[in-house]
Amino acid sequence: MTLQSWTLLLVGLSFTLYIGIALWSRVHTTRGFYVAGGGVSPLANGMATAADWMSAASFISMAGLISFIGRDGAVYLMGWTGGYVLLALMLAPYLRKFGQFTVPDFVGQRYYSQQARLVAVVCALFVSFTYVAGQMRGVGVVFSRFLDVDIDVGVLIGMGIVFVYAVLGGMKGITYTQVAQYCVLIFAFLVPAIFISLSLTGEVVPQLGFGANVPDPVSGGSIPLLEKLDGLHRELGFAAYTEGRKETIDVFFITLALMVGTAGLPHVIIRFFTVPKVRDARLSAGYALLFIALLYTTAPAVAAFARTNLIETVHDTAYSELPEWFHNWENTGLLAWVDKDGDGRVRYAPGSAFDPIPGEKTMRLTRSGATGSAGEPRFVNPPSSGANELHVDRDIMVLANPEIAGLPNWVIALVAAGALAAALSTAAGLLLVISASISHDLLKKVFMPQISERQELLYARLAASVAVVIAGYFGVNPPGFVAEVVAFAFGLAAASFFPAIVLGIFSKRMNREGAVAGMVVGIVFTAAYIIYFKFVDPAANVPANWWLGISPEGIGGVGMLLNFAVALGISRFTPPPPPEVQDLVETIRIPGAFEAAEAATDVRS
Amino acid sequence: MNTAPGTPSKERRHAYWRANLRLMAALLTIWFAVSYGCGILFVDELDAIRFGGFGLGFWFAQQGSIYVFVVLIFVYVWQMNRLDRRYGVNE
Repeated sequence: MTLQSWTLLLVGLSFTLYIGIALWSRVHTTRGFYVAGGGVSPLANGMATAADWMSAASFISMAGLISFIGRDGAVYLMGWTGGYVLLALMLAPYLRKFGQFTVPDFVGQRYYSQQARLVAVVCALFVSFTYVAGQMRGVGVVFSRFLDVDIDVGVLIGMGIVFVYAVLGGMKGITYTQVAQYCVLIFAFLVPAIFISLSLTGEVVPQLGFGANVPDPVSGGSIPLLEKLDGLHRELGFAAYTEGRKETIDVFFITLALMVGTAGLPHVIIRFFTVPKVRDARLSAGYALLFIALLYTTAPAVAAFARTNLIETVHDTAYSELPEWFHNWENTGLLAWVDKDGDGRVRYAPGSAFDPIPGEKTMRLTRSGATGSAGEPRFVNPPSSGANELHVDRDIMVLANPEIAGLPNWVIALVAAGALAAALSTAAGLLLVISASISHDLLKKVFMPQISERQELLYARLAASVAVVIAGYFGVNPPGFVAEVVAFAFGLAAASFFPAIVLGIFSKRMNREGAVAGMVVGIVFTAAYIIYFKFVDPAANVPANWWLGISPEGIGGVGMLLNFAVALGISRFTPPPPPEVQDLVETIRIPGAFEAAEAATDVRS
Repeated sequence: MNTAPGTPSKERRHAYWRANLRLMAALLTIWFAVSYGCGILFVDELDAIRFGGFGLGFWFAQQGSIYVFVVLIFVYVWQMNRLDRRYGVNE
């Protein structure tokens, strides 16, 4: 069977499965639509959370990104997993006990304030729309690379699928499709990783192959893979793979912003509203991280394998002798070669191989239609002045891995289905947050409190439909700044939701004035810093200009600390929260049901 | 929701909450030590120690801290279930 038919078959089968689940899990109540009726098992919720969390970026881009930045890639590995410890210990069980539908629900009720609820709604909408645009684009890109359809058609197909199960089944439909999507994506990620580990190191488990010995071409003996990779890097003029290149303080704050941002992302938090009990919320956080860790501990191994394979196969090889996969991916513009020194061999060195097309700000590789003397495609982009002759897109490290390792067509097709599962599952979770923010938080709780449950459900479905269309629009016409605003999403989640929720649970004295002031200061500080360096004066975005050496990616960590400080300070000089709110805090701290009436007299804790 | 027979008293609930906070503080200390400590602040010093084919600091940064995170949550689940039963606050 050809690759094309395998891909059609596997993608078609997985989509049929998702639609089937959607039809089976239609809902008729708001509780069903927002939190799947609260009856999801911890194991299923763990898988759904893992799929919800791991996006197209985790699946396709992360291993490639690490493979280019080496040890510093740890900011993503630790940053996007460590937040689950915070979620499990500080947020999930208490929010489950609180037992409402959304994050703004908690903020609004705990801080007895519609303004606080509105701030939370705006943040939730901003963070979710930022994220969902990238997912829809990811769906389109996967379709265009593997099935040769137009990116826009791919986006439309993705919209159609998400529309069916998010609008019909709400959280229930999303949850059970996410369980299926987790299984597809983890299988698709692990199978090529295992084969590559086996072929490169002889170890079946990639996490062990990562530290295994490989033959050393220099001494004839064997050395650890990472030492060999360090050696290859030095030979080519790159910094050693296992050495850090960023400043320690920047690594610290980026990791902090990503961890705390993860714990504050609404689409992750609401997953813990779907389990029956407090203890299930704790357990499902454990399962979620276990399932995420399967991919996140494999990715750095894949990164090192792919990097070694790439350098050994391509560097100093005559263009005419390059393997077939190189030419396959050359056609997609993810790989490109320009013969600067005229020797017909590929020279790989630090720096970019091409410059942007004159007059364009961002790097976009464009074929000219002509071919060079060795038969290689030529590009409109001028060659750069550096020695590097090879352009490698980071996404190729995962997408081309099966071909580089010589795996059969069905494995390559599986990667396509896995990437689609990762993008669709995350998109659906985000769409639900958007829909609930509008129908529940804005309409039911603020502007139209008189509407019935049936009407609210109708508005929820309408809001989800509109959100799908908007997400699709951004997928077809991606704003040029999607990559830039990802730092924004995490920074804002870190600087707004996380402190407000944690203080709401752990400080009974925390009041409306403190929480609102903290959120506003955290958001304004973080947003101003990011907007300045990313949009107002991007040329100034270099380490020398950063405050204390902290990059815009890490500034959310500082914003979070500021939020805590301001909230704690202001709350000491303003009136304590009303007795019924203190009772609420007392209630969410303890799993079982009880009367908390006497709690009102005690405001010390 | 059923009210458990013998609803926990205020003192018992506060004792439960303090035990919860102690457990949380202990686990978060380990969380901070492995990720920010071993994986970031002392990564270069630890890299001098070889661990299989890895420098120990590099291993913590790209592998070890994630394993520890998973273990920490399951220890928390196990210990909190015990606390719930001991203080009679389980659902």
